[in-house]
This record gives sequence, C-alpha cells and structure tokens, in this order.
Amino acid sequence: MRLVIALPFLWLGLFFLLPFGLVVAIALGTNNPDAVPPVDLGLSLKNFALLWSDDLYRVAWLNSLRIAATSTAICLLLGYPMAYAIARSAPARRPLLLMLVVLPFWTSFLIRVYAWMGLLSSNGLLNTFLKATGLVDNPGTILGTEWAVHLGIVYAYLPFMVLPLYGALEKLDNTLLEAAADLGAPPATAFLTVTLPLSLPGVIAGCLLVFIPAVGEFVIPDLLGGTGTLMIGKVLWDEFFLNSDWPLAAAVAVCLLVLLVGPMVLFQRQQARSLERA
Amino acid sequence: MAADAIVRLEGLRKSYGALAAVDGIDLEIRRGELFALLGPSGCGKTTLLRLLAGFEQPDAGRVLIDGQDMTGVPAYRRPVNMMFQSYALFPHMDVAANVAYGLQRDGVAKDEIAHRVAEVLAQVRLSELGKRKPSQLSGGQRQRVALARALVKRPKLLLLDEPLAALDRKLRESTRFELVRLQEELGVTFVMVTHDQEEAMSMASRLAVMDKGRIAQAGDAHEIYEHPRSRLVAGFIGIANILPGEGGTGWLALRPEKIGLHAERPATDRAVRGEVVQVAYEGDRSHYHVAVDGLPVMQVVAMNTDHAVRPRWARGDAVWLGWSDAAAQRLEE
Repeated sequence: MRLVIALPFLWLGLFFLLPFGLVVAIALGTNNPDAVPPVDLGLSLKNFALLWSDDLYRVAWLNSLRIAATSTAICLLLGYPMAYAIARSAPARRPLLLMLVVLPFWTSFLIRVYAWMGLLSSNGLLNTFLKATGLVDNPGTILGTEWAVHLGIVYAYLPFMVLPLYGALEKLDNTLLEAAADLGAPPATAFLTVTLPLSLPGVIAGCLLVFIPAVGEFVIPDLLGGTGTLMIGKVLWDEFFLNSDWPLAAAVAVCLLVLLVGPMVLFQRQQARSLERA
Repeated sequence: MAADAIVRLEGLRKSYGALAAVDGIDLEIRRGELFALLGPSGCGKTTLLRLLAGFEQPDAGRVLIDGQDMTGVPAYRRPVNMMFQSYALFPHMDVAANVAYGLQRDGVAKDEIAHRVAEVLAQVRLSELGKRKPSQLSGGQRQRVALARALVKRPKLLLLDEPLAALDRKLRESTRFELVRLQEELGVTFVMVTHDQEEAMSMASRLAVMDKGRIAQAGDAHEIYEHPRSRLVAGFIGIANILPGEGGTGWLALRPEKIGLHAERPATDRAVRGEVVQVAYEGDRSHYHVAVDGLPVMQVVAMNTDHAVRPRWARGDAVWLGWSDAAAQRLEE
C-alpha cells in the first residue's frame, strides 16, 4: 500500500526533480567550451543577469508571451463555436465529431508542421493555387512570418481548447436555457448570462492548456517562423546546440519554468475546484 | 372566449415524428383557478404545458392567453412563467440573483428589483437565504426558490411541472397546502402537471384527465370522481369496479366505498354473494377483495368505525355485497 502511494513521488523525484536539479546546477555554473560537458560548476548568477540585461532575451520573452496569448485567443474564438456545435449535436454523432477533432494526433506532430511548410512556402500549394486560379497575381510568402507561427500554433493546439470546452458545454443542463427563456431572456442574453458563465471552467482550462505549452514552443517558430520571430524556446535551442552554452540555456529553461508556474498552479486549482463540484 | 377564461386552446396539435403527443385539444382555463393536467406518463400533459410556455410551437391550432393569440410567440415574450420539475435554478447565481433574473430581463429599476425580490422571498419564507447558492439549499428550499423566481414577474399564468415530485412524502403534504395558500393569496392562475391523482384532486379547482394526447375528461374533482365518463378516467382517478351494464351493453363504474358488506342478504337495489379472498387492514379502513360468480374480483373499502380490533371479515368468509343503483355510474365508453 505504501509502495503504491510512494510510486508517483518516486517517479516525480527520479524524472522531474533530479533532472531539474541538474538543470539548476548547470544554470549556476559557467560556460567552458573545452570541458566535457562544457560547464564549470559553481554558484554564479551571471547567466540569469544576462537574461535580464540583454535585449535579445527580453524581446524573445515578450514575443513568446504575445504570440502565445494571441494564439490562445484565436484558439478560443475558433474552439468555442466548435465545442458548442459538438455539444449541441445529436448524442449519437458526438463521438464521430470528437474523433475528427483529435484525428490530427494520429500523425506525428513534426510531420504535420513540415506539411504546413509545404503548404505555405513561396512555391507551395497555397501560392500555386492562388496563382493558378488568378485570385492573387503575385502572392507574398506566409512561411517565415509571424502569421505562419500563429497559424501553426492555432492548428496544433486547437484540440486542447476544444476538448475542455466541450466537456464544460456538454454538462450544461438544457433546462437552464429554457428557464432563462421563460424568464424573458432572448437566446443571445441566455447565452451571455447562463451558457458562458457556466462554461468558464472549460474556457480557463482550455486557455491554460494552449497558453502554457505555446509559450515554450520551439518546433513551430523554428520551422514556420523566420529570423524575425524570436521565441524563447528557439533561443534556448540555439544557446544549447548552436552556441554550446549550456549554462545560459539552462538558465532560460529555469526561467521558463518559473514563469509558467503561475498559470500551472491556476490550472491545478481550477481543476481541483471543478472536481469538488462534480 | 368566456369572460373569465385566461387560457383558451383551440384544436391544438403537436407531433414528434409519427407520434402525436397532443392530438387535438380544446380547453379553457379560468382566471384565478388552480388547474391540473393529470395523466399517465406519455399522455401529452407535459407537451401541453410546454406549448403553453412557448418552448414548443403547435403544428396546428391556437394558444390564446388573456385574449391574445400567443401562437408562434417565443417563450421569452410570453406573460407566463414556469416552475420546472428539476427547478432549473442557475447554479452560478445566489438565491437573490436567481429571483432577480427575470426582472432584470424586463429592465426593471434596481431598487424596484431589490424590493420585489425581498417581498417574494418573504412570501416563500426564504428571506434569510438570499445570499446562498442553490447547492447550499435543501430540496424544499430549492423548490421555494424556483417558485419565487417564477412568481416574482407576476405572470398571468404560472406553470408547474410536477411541482411536488422531487420532494419526500412528508414535505409533499405540507407543500401542497402551501401552494394552494399562495395561489389563493396571489390570485395567479396556476396550471399544474402531475401524474399523481391524489395531488390533483386535493389541490386543483378543476382538472383534466389526459390520455393519448387528448383530454379524456375535464371538470372539478367531485365531478370526475363521481361521474367518470370512461373506463379510463374511472380507473385512473381512484379505484373503480368496472361492471358490465344492464343486458350486457356498456359499462358501469362502482366505487369501492359505495359497496356495503353484509352477513345476510341486504335490502339494497343490488345484492350479490361472494367470498372474501384478500383483506388489507389500513388502520382507518380495510380494503377487501371479494370473488363473486360472473363478475371480476370486487374491491370493497369499509371504514373501521366500530371498536372491533380485528377486521370484521376474514379471508374465506362468505359475504353479501350490496349497493344502490344510483351509486353505479354509467360509462360512455
């Protein structure tokens, strides 16, 4: 019995706390390209100081937060009507519609992002189509812009928005909407005063599930974005693999985690509360 | 339309696919009465209520409320409020906000809302609980919030869908009187749907028994109990012995309390011999099943008014059953 309780803690200790301790230790060290691994351990805060003082990192942080925030907003605007439509559809059809939402997961994430590269490049499918149909004579290239990064994030994370929203909307008792109508609320008012507030737990869960991973997203800005769209995940990758500056990369990782602890705690508490209510 | 009619239904029909839930109903409900729609589940009573509320629109026919044609008017524009069977309280609002919701939709001024909410909460004895969430209330309290929320708009018609079904038995009894008291005090017309004939009989000024989307009979409780028109009505309201009519044509309904049990042949209009096959002692009364040659098993109820400790008749006893011709009600179908 004790072993069963201890197991998750053991797991967390072995695969989260221990590696995280290593990352913190590296972040406090200094870069030494000649050593293997290229770190001299120590207790220096200069890597963190650099993150704070160098504009490059500040810009990357702000970009990440901004792009994650707008992508989350777009996911919400697209995902809410989708989740609403699925929750209102005939019960027999819902499994099919939900399966369609998660269907993209059947293909590797990386392959799907590469597919977007093929679609969005200057001689890609989209531009070929635009030119062939004569809709646009000389289309610009979306690939390599912030537009492409937004598109990629929204595409990749939309299911994480739709599923919790569906969960909240599906539980909504239809007689509450009838009660609202009975008391004089036209459909739009009933939506704003009853449906929306009652689906708020789903909205919060969905937004956090999209926002948290989107802030640290690396693959999408790397493959779809250009040099102009600097995101913190990509900076981390570059510091580690291009510059071999392990301590700086580790410092970025620690900061990213600290930054996301806030929203994650929020998510946890909100989940716990909705569990209590159920 | 009669001067005192607040609701008039004309040739109302509503089908779901091939099923006619409401199959041609003409009905008038009078101003200020407590009207009950009674029937087994699937008889169309709930659909009829939803047609009155405006949640459903009829395939044919008209709904007139206080002289105005409400056919096709959506629920949110009808001067009608409903108390839902599940109460349908908004879980994210406290009691006061639930009650205020309908007034806010009408754009009533803030202090007027506060005043009317306080007033109606006092009427249902919930003044102390305005700040509670519905989840923090007992079933009976929730029922009263639902009632207050529907009454606060002073509707021309209050619809109640199985208002007592979700309460336990004790509470049901007291709430019955409470509802009737409120209805008389406020003078609002109540239309109540119930499957419980006792509830309908004891509360309603008039009632309609429904069957297969039609009204089998409408009238006051006494009329329907003493003069049922059909075997269905006789069987649904109380207990009835259904006997073949004179010369084998038609049917008669005979209530169990109208039959006397005797040791010797009684001098009543009718007298038959039988044998007691079952006795249920219920304290104030005893319920007998008596087998009679050529008739279905007769149900007889006798009040235990004498001081005998045991029921007077036991299983296996030979008895005489007697009743007057006037007690047997001729049925039309």
